[in-house]
Amino acid sequence: MSYALEVKQLTKTYRNGKQALQGVDLSVPEGSFFALLGPNGAGKSSLINILADTVKPTSGHVTFLGHDLFRERRWCKQHLGVVPQEIAFDPFFNPRDILKIMSGMFGFKPDLKWIDELLERLELSEHAHKNARQLSGGMRRRLLVAQALVHKPKVVILDEPTAGVDVELRKRLWDFMRELNTNGTTILLTTHYLEEAEELCDHVAIIDQGKRLTSQSMKGLLDSVGSSALVLQYAKPMSQQALLTLAQFSPRIDGDKILLCLKKDHSGKNNFNAVYQTAIQVLGEAKSVRIQNEDLEDVFLRITNEKKT
Amino acid sequence: MNWYGCWTLYTRETRRFLNVNMQTIVAPALTAIMYLIVFRYAMGDREVPGMDVAYFDFLIPGLVMMAMLQNAFANTSSSIMVGKLMNVQIFLMMAPLSALEVTIAFLAAAVTRAVIVAIVLLLVLAPFTNVHIEHLWMILFYGIAGSIIMGGLGLIGGMWSKTFDDMALLNNFIIMPLTFLSGVFYSVKQLPEVWQTMNHFNPFFYLIDGFRHGFLNVGDTNPSQAIIVVSIATLSTIFACWYLWHTGWKLKE
Repeated sequence: MSYALEVKQLTKTYRNGKQALQGVDLSVPEGSFFALLGPNGAGKSSLINILADTVKPTSGHVTFLGHDLFRERRWCKQHLGVVPQEIAFDPFFNPRDILKIMSGMFGFKPDLKWIDELLERLELSEHAHKNARQLSGGMRRRLLVAQALVHKPKVVILDEPTAGVDVELRKRLWDFMRELNTNGTTILLTTHYLEEAEELCDHVAIIDQGKRLTSQSMKGLLDSVGSSALVLQYAKPMSQQALLTLAQFSPRIDGDKILLCLKKDHSGKNNFNAVYQTAIQVLGEAKSVRIQNEDLEDVFLRITNEKKT
Repeated sequence: MNWYGCWTLYTRETRRFLNVNMQTIVAPALTAIMYLIVFRYAMGDREVPGMDVAYFDFLIPGLVMMAMLQNAFANTSSSIMVGKLMNVQIFLMMAPLSALEVTIAFLAAAVTRAVIVAIVLLLVLAPFTNVHIEHLWMILFYGIAGSIIMGGLGLIGGMWSKTFDDMALLNNFIIMPLTFLSGVFYSVKQLPEVWQTMNHFNPFFYLIDGFRHGFLNVGDTNPSQAIIVVSIATLSTIFACWYLWHTGWKLKE
């Protein structure tokens, strides 16, 4: 398989001593729609900012479409589009000019047809001649997306592009991204909306505390880490002692509920009985019992919690 | 070289100040005219001591040069400051532009603004004075070199400043004294000897004196010494800009 991005042992220690990345490895297959997930402060933005060349790495290697990212920056930059997390706009120009300037800075004569199409697809056509200062927060964010795409990059990195964008527009933005992906663009996405990642992405990596916890196909991840959980609700709070006794079922507490992981044996039957019996022995009768199929959010929380305990 | 990218950045930097031309061109012209009106009435037809030149005529090239220097500085420093505060700098860092291309684009735009301001000022002032061009090459050499130096200092100052307060500090305590005290309003021969000697270490003194020499055919400096000092100062500034941008000083952690 050829990779759009191969990150090897990337580390970043900031001047204040904070170790944002502690040897991250990441391989993003070419043509994939890749989700990079992690809690706040996990190091996602540090990683993306290093790729975008707004932060310097401390050590490590990155190969971008077969080129050494740190040695062949110019070539790599011309084929990479990054949507930064923080809103930024040039207060002196209107969206159309901003896109022309951005294209020019990447070394390409502005493709006016493509710029019109971008404005159209991102619903900025009506505002193309307004000064960027007059745009709303959502429009500015869409403009950032347009700026990242104006030079038709082969790889696009989106750092939480839908924060503050309403549901309707978000859906259309994702349709557009999906279309680009179908046409061969590799897309790396970080988002806080896990259902979005689950729906859009075919690959997923989870990082936390500057380390990669897992990286695989979305389907593989959802299948591998327990497909369902037993949810028991209690009136009284859970004791830590109880949690330790149930450690084999990777317990997780959510308010007054406790979630226990159910696993399937090779014949496809899950271990509901065993888990349930053990649980009520330790915790007593539950107020309510149900089985919940795990989605990416549960998997995500389970993986990031497991590493902490 | 990404010449097209460099050209685009240059046009962006020039359009930026042309879009707000009241602030960037008309205002400096007005300031200089007010200086001249005040001095015209205060000094009358008095001549500069030791020179066969009317004080009013002596003042004009100095004021034009000072406007050039200040505008060159303002163009780069405000662009970088606004870029930092609005977070737009990231686009410049993400673009495939080398430090050399960024330096060239920014400095060329600073020179462009300085030259436009100078032309506007000279056109406005021409009817009121006998000043005329004696040595065009001197005017161009010192005018452009001065704009490059100040544009470069603005670039570095913009990178260094965290807030507009830092920038004001830099402007009021370093840039203004250096330009004001380097002979815009007087001939250094009028100064105490200590200050005269000290001025020979101030590159702005050579810039303003050389620029004035181009108009009045009189100067306080040795021309070849001035050319060497100014050339070294210009090249060092360009190198410093390139180097600091290359290392991402204060911009990239």
